[in-house]
Amino acid sequence: MIFTKVRPRLSPKVRLKFDRRTDRYLLLYPETGLELNKSAMAIVHLCTGEWTIDEMVDHLIRVYTDVSPDEIRREVCGFLDVLADRGLLQRVS
Amino acid sequence: MNNEHRPYTLIAELTYRCPLRCPYCSNPSDFAGRGDEIDTDTWLRVFQEAEALGVVQLNLTGGEPLLRDDLEQLVEGAGKLELYTNLITSGIPLTFERLSRLRTLGLDSVQVSIQSSGPSVSDRIAGAPSFNRKLDAMQWVTSLALPLTMNAVLHRENISDVEALIALAERVSADRLELANTQYLGWALKNRVALLPTREQIERARTVAIEAKMRLRGKMEVLFITPDYYSEYPKSCMEGWGRRFIVVNPEGLALPCHLAHTIPGLHFEQVMQSRLADIWHHSAGFNRFRGEDWLPDPCRTCERRALDFGGCRCQAFHVVGDAGMTDPICSLAPGHGHIESARAQANRTTEIPVLFDYRTGRGCSSR
Repeated sequence: MIFTKVRPRLSPKVRLKFDRRTDRYLLLYPETGLELNKSAMAIVHLCTGEWTIDEMVDHLIRVYTDVSPDEIRREVCGFLDVLADRGLLQRVS
Repeated sequence: MNNEHRPYTLIAELTYRCPLRCPYCSNPSDFAGRGDEIDTDTWLRVFQEAEALGVVQLNLTGGEPLLRDDLEQLVEGAGKLELYTNLITSGIPLTFERLSRLRTLGLDSVQVSIQSSGPSVSDRIAGAPSFNRKLDAMQWVTSLALPLTMNAVLHRENISDVEALIALAERVSADRLELANTQYLGWALKNRVALLPTREQIERARTVAIEAKMRLRGKMEVLFITPDYYSEYPKSCMEGWGRRFIVVNPEGLALPCHLAHTIPGLHFEQVMQSRLADIWHHSAGFNRFRGEDWLPDPCRTCERRALDFGGCRCQAFHVVGDAGMTDPICSLAPGHGHIESARAQANRTTEIPVLFDYRTGRGCSSR
């Protein structure tokens, strides 16, 4: 479903909020939200409309050298799918 | 802090007053003689205390929240606390100017209810002329670039209208469409014979909704909320009693759900008298159905108990007569016969028009 040349950006309805109780970020949107773990947060940080999905994956492979590239690609595509499903991404091509 | 019992959402029922008279209203059906609404300062303090407890989402609802003259102050207060603030409204009475002001003050999203896809049925279900004003309201929401949820409560009278409701949501550029089957409590339970669809009607509507969900993916989120009367197992009502939600009602009663105070024998506290944190952690009412110690059979040993927490306490009380029993929705529950007979009745009455018992009481239009 995900085309790797698109540049995902968080929808304007999304608000990121640092949660002082869990030391994690919450991604808030109408009437609900997601609690982000470390890897989800790393991906969300790159959803600025400037990075293609391929570039996101390449960047994360360089930063997280202890995780296999395949796993990183799987995680990025999987999580972007979750966001897209909920209408939380805009595509900038 | 223990995150197992942490409220993420405060549902602020600002008033029971409403210009509409929907026969499935989730407000208690005996609210007419109730007391005064709590004031602006109390609500602002409740928002602060809720935020300190961990709340991040605020639903401003009712009744009709737009009937509160201090809505601007409340939205501004919530904005300063960085709560994600959702206005849950019928869209009436609203002007573009007021909505624009609310947005500037920090409103994050708007949910507008719609009763059907066209004016005649919609107005009849709402019990007041309202459809065209709702269309205006939805258009103002999107023109101000606020995310719009269009909410339609489904029942026998409008469930065959799901295609048209989806088309309407697309036309008004809704960001999210909630096709929520009626929950049969409060006014809806009084009107169950007139409202409960057949299984066949539900299945058809679900198929249409799933097709739309796939087609509109990434553009509009389509949620189809099945009525638990046709589920094999109960829903995890409010994601568990006193676990994720706090409701504060118009009179200031803090509750685990909209109707918890209709269960006799439970003690709930007023936000005027106690701090929200004390109520949340220590009140007898909030602790009554927390954890697993209270669970009846067959829940006690059921592997689903961590998923559904025994289901809805209000349903157990209002349908079976005992809030401590398994939700009768569950096919394993001793009270399940009540649900089976309601389904059988829905099958028998499909061709017979049944009149609604309209919601009445303070603030309702009299026609």
